[in-house]
Amino acid sequence: MKRLIELITIVLAFLLQCTLFQSLSFAGIVPNLLVVLTSAYGFMGGEREGMFAGMISGLLMDLFYAPFVGLNALIFLYIGYVNGMANRLFYPEDIKFPIFCISLSDASCLILQYMLGFLLRARLDLPYYVLHVMIPELSYTILTAIVLARPLLKLFGFAQRLSRGDEASEDF
Amino acid sequence: MARVQLKRRKVVIPTQYVLVILTVLCLALMILTLFTDVVSSLLSGIGGYTIVPFQNGMTQVGTGFTKQMENLRQVKTVLSENEALAERVAELEQENNQLTIDRYELTELRQLYALDEEYSSYKKIGARVTGKDPGNWYSVFVIDKGTDDGVKLDMNVISGGGLVGIVTKVGPNWAQVRSIIDDNSKVSASVLSTADNLIVAGNLKQMEHGDIDFGQLLDNADRVTVGDKVVTSDISDRYLPGITIGYISQIQMDPNNLTKSGMLTPIVDFEHLDIVLIITQVKEHTGAGAGEQSGL
Repeated sequence: MKRLIELITIVLAFLLQCTLFQSLSFAGIVPNLLVVLTSAYGFMGGEREGMFAGMISGLLMDLFYAPFVGLNALIFLYIGYVNGMANRLFYPEDIKFPIFCISLSDASCLILQYMLGFLLRARLDLPYYVLHVMIPELSYTILTAIVLARPLLKLFGFAQRLSRGDEASEDF
Repeated sequence: MARVQLKRRKVVIPTQYVLVILTVLCLALMILTLFTDVVSSLLSGIGGYTIVPFQNGMTQVGTGFTKQMENLRQVKTVLSENEALAERVAELEQENNQLTIDRYELTELRQLYALDEEYSSYKKIGARVTGKDPGNWYSVFVIDKGTDDGVKLDMNVISGGGLVGIVTKVGPNWAQVRSIIDDNSKVSASVLSTADNLIVAGNLKQMEHGDIDFGQLLDNADRVTVGDKVVTSDISDRYLPGITIGYISQIQMDPNNLTKSGMLTPIVDFEHLDIVLIITQVKEHTGAGAGEQSGL
């Protein structure tokens, strides 16, 4: 049940990001919703949830928008896993820590994407890419994360209660 | 559920192992999709029937939204635009003279190259852009036609008479198009007036200004100037010849003193792509290859 809710939110986020958000983009830059979700499910649910969320969002991106399948899935898999390790430090009351996690995730995602997609093709002008792609996307993503933090937490709590209910009903 | 059963039997795969398994899976997928078609066609099929229908619906909402925003913005800018337009009229009048001369030249050249017939006789199908790259690095988009409608890999995509890009992945009811402003894109082109060949290469840096880089132009006679029209060249192995790309907006000599490079302004508005045309003819099938193909 929990996984199903995760899956639905990720697919929804992916669709929003490819369609509606593109129309709402400022200066051609869109926030990275999928990183927000992957990171959030990671530090809220642990390594397994993070890996699941990362794998799904990475595969979706790869399938439709990448020249080959697997690279984004790999990046997002690890983002989810590392965020899952941060689960031990996570308290629902504290809003700063999630925002910090999400920012760090998006930053590392951007840097990895730059290194693997651009640096390897001798696009060396890092300052330009930092200024025109990374910083705008990062700030939009953080903004989105701040808006989404509370609703996501509620949703995840709800999902967890639901799946706990599932287990209980099957056990007894 | 499966997870519960696992728990009961006390065989839960350690998280680290799951990570390793998934990593290997990703790497395997990369290798498989890079070198074979097996997995990608399967995945394309699954994606086509699960994700694409929703995507199509959402895009319609999105375009509706954009149009509303556009209307609001237009009212605001109309006044300031009016002033600018007055200036522009004067400018255009002058440009018009230039263009009349250009057109004369163009018709002449078209006849010369017999482009005219070829260009309009390509069979095309229309498609709607239903989604754009979720990241900010590339310029790739998805259209709502796929193998079911006859779209194949490497088909050229045009819009408003200019080259937009090329089909890089096809599903049953969707296709991925990489636009020519994408950082990975390279198009072999030639200057129409002088028939000098050059390479048009997309660059993220130029993307936001709406320009495209070009380079490797061999122009010893210094005949190529700003404003010259650039079309896809005959020697390109994936782009059909004679499709307009844009006009040269900047040109300079390379440090090697042999070739020239610069920028060109595409005639396609990549920011507001909505409907595109796919030319249902693949380069290999034209010219010399045609005879071989008909044997199949």
